[in-house]
Amino acid sequence: MTVSLTIENLSAHYGQTQVLKDLSISVAAGELVSLLGSSGCGKTTTLRIVAGFLAPTSGHVKLGDRDLTTLPAHARDIGLVFQNYALFPHLTVMENVAFGLKQRGISSSDRAKRATAMLERVGLAPLADRLPAALSGGQKQRVALARALVIEPPLLMFDEPLSNLDAKLRVDMRVEIRQLQKANGTTSLYVTHDQEEAFSISDRVAIMNAGRIMQLDTPEVLYQKPANAFVARFVGFENLIPMKTVARDGVIVTAEAAGGARLHLSQDAFGPIKDDFVLATRPDGLVTRGTGEGIPATLGTRTYLGRAYQYKCETAAGEITANGALSEMFEPGATAVLVPLPEQCCILDPEN
Amino acid sequence: MTARIHPLLGAFAILVFLFLLAPLVIIVGASLSDTTYLTFPPQGLTLRWFANIFEISAFRNTAITSFQVAILGTGLSLLIGIPAAYALNRYRVGLPKWLGTLFILPILVPEIVFGFSLLKTITIGLGLPVYPSLIIGHALLVLPYSVRVVGASLASFDFSVEEAAISLGCPPLKTFFTVVLPNIRAGVIAAFILAFITSINDVSISVFLTGPGISTLPIQILAHMEQFFDPTIASVSVLLMLVTVGVMAIVEMTLGLTFLTK
Ligand SMILES: Nc1ncnc2c1ncn2[C@@H]1O[C@H](COP(=O)(O)OP(=O)(O)O)[C@@H](O)[C@H]1O
Ligand SMILES: [Mg+2]
Repeated sequence: MTVSLTIENLSAHYGQTQVLKDLSISVAAGELVSLLGSSGCGKTTTLRIVAGFLAPTSGHVKLGDRDLTTLPAHARDIGLVFQNYALFPHLTVMENVAFGLKQRGISSSDRAKRATAMLERVGLAPLADRLPAALSGGQKQRVALARALVIEPPLLMFDEPLSNLDAKLRVDMRVEIRQLQKANGTTSLYVTHDQEEAFSISDRVAIMNAGRIMQLDTPEVLYQKPANAFVARFVGFENLIPMKTVARDGVIVTAEAAGGARLHLSQDAFGPIKDDFVLATRPDGLVTRGTGEGIPATLGTRTYLGRAYQYKCETAAGEITANGALSEMFEPGATAVLVPLPEQCCILDPEN
Repeated sequence: MTARIHPLLGAFAILVFLFLLAPLVIIVGASLSDTTYLTFPPQGLTLRWFANIFEISAFRNTAITSFQVAILGTGLSLLIGIPAAYALNRYRVGLPKWLGTLFILPILVPEIVFGFSLLKTITIGLGLPVYPSLIIGHALLVLPYSVRVVGASLASFDFSVEEAAISLGCPPLKTFFTVVLPNIRAGVIAAFILAFITSINDVSISVFLTGPGISTLPIQILAHMEQFFDPTIASVSVLLMLVTVGVMAIVEMTLGLTFLTK
């Protein structure tokens, strides 16, 4: 049974403070969507509203065509995996996993059978009789995963499930979570503040800021075509350069940055370009050259990156970070031009 | 490697122990004395003062009352104290700070004042008979132990465990009994024992709340002492001490004493 999750126009307050602002997300059946954002942006709050532990000020939560908004938490049938595992300390691994089955009135022999099968899937069958206190962090999180999966919920939610694990285990576990989620086809909402984790595990990622969704798209689109300045900065477009169109010739647009530097951009590459726009680039999307068409710059601090040099540059359009070839090294104080590589740049509408 | 203890500190510690234990030794000695007055060291050895306790019906009756009041009062205090401690910990962020202090007031207020105000409100104000007054009075007296000791074990309880249970389909009240309570069991038992011992030894509250025909053991000891200054007093005290030691021994065997001081 796979169903979609729809979160419609959710607003939430703690006292007078609004922490979610008209938030809408839809997760298709069987899809894994991540909420990605810095600490305090409202990810956990969103999850707790969907789980039924918090009531929204306004808005709706729907699973398939069932409206959950006023349903009590224990009747929602949602599998939850917490950052701190939240295993039952007084129950064995087996009893932890069987807990949800017991609440569903499943006979003890069936419970044992299904819990054992699930423990085998996460590789913990030999530890069935241990108490949680005798498990490592990774084992605990596997038990938590098994406990949430065994009830075969239509929706799984994860709140930073890997944050307490070490780096190597984090990578292994996220692959494991993704495989289990795909095999079961369970619709999932996954919360993390780690960009790499979100991009690697998700079908789509919602980038959040201060209680709002800034963009909800596939990792590829987010990484290459951010919709606004916030998302652009978030995915590494460090340089946001305001530009003005000064001439149009067919698909070629001539635009000017502060200080008069002119660039020719093709609308075949960037899509329609407005009169006012922002050119966003990562440091490796700007090449530092001695001469040519580009943005004149005075070079500052140089950093050796291995594959290139990186320069902090002063330009009329503000401070810009750009990379330069290893074959052409500049000393601090040198003047150069920064040439954008169109395939590495994107164009933002300043309205967004 | 053993920690080095300064000789003066060691001597001081021994003095403190002697000071604490001396009265107990004297009481035990006096209870065995074959004289009709309290004396130490005992002159001659007899157990007749212990036998005497059981011949005086007032001791028997008040002992029964003391046990009943201690068990019912402590039970009542836990019935109020556990939910209160739960609420104070679970909703800590949303609650004013003074609310927690409210529940330890019976410890902060001088006992004699507390006893007198109980007399004014329960016995005189509400007109309740002696027996229920005693139970309510003792429940309030030991409420701070219930709230604080249960609260201490709730403070280290991770409430996301409770949410995990709810998300797995367990309704909130059932979750409290199947998930929260088993994890604070030690705290509840510790609270019960501390409260029970406090109640069974209490004088200052009981002296206001006992009435004609119904009394507690410590009050009866006082009453007896006013008339007879014989070693019976010492032997009752020894018995009361043995009950306390017995309770402690059970704790030590089942849970380990350290958890009372943790
Ligand atoms: N119980 C609470 N009372 C008041 N404010 C809260 C509470 N929980 C969270 N907040 C605030 O709400 C905002 C969103 O919190 P949260 O959803 O936990 O963020 P995230 O999970 O993205 O780090 C934060 O600014 C946080 O300080
Ligand atoms: Mg969070």
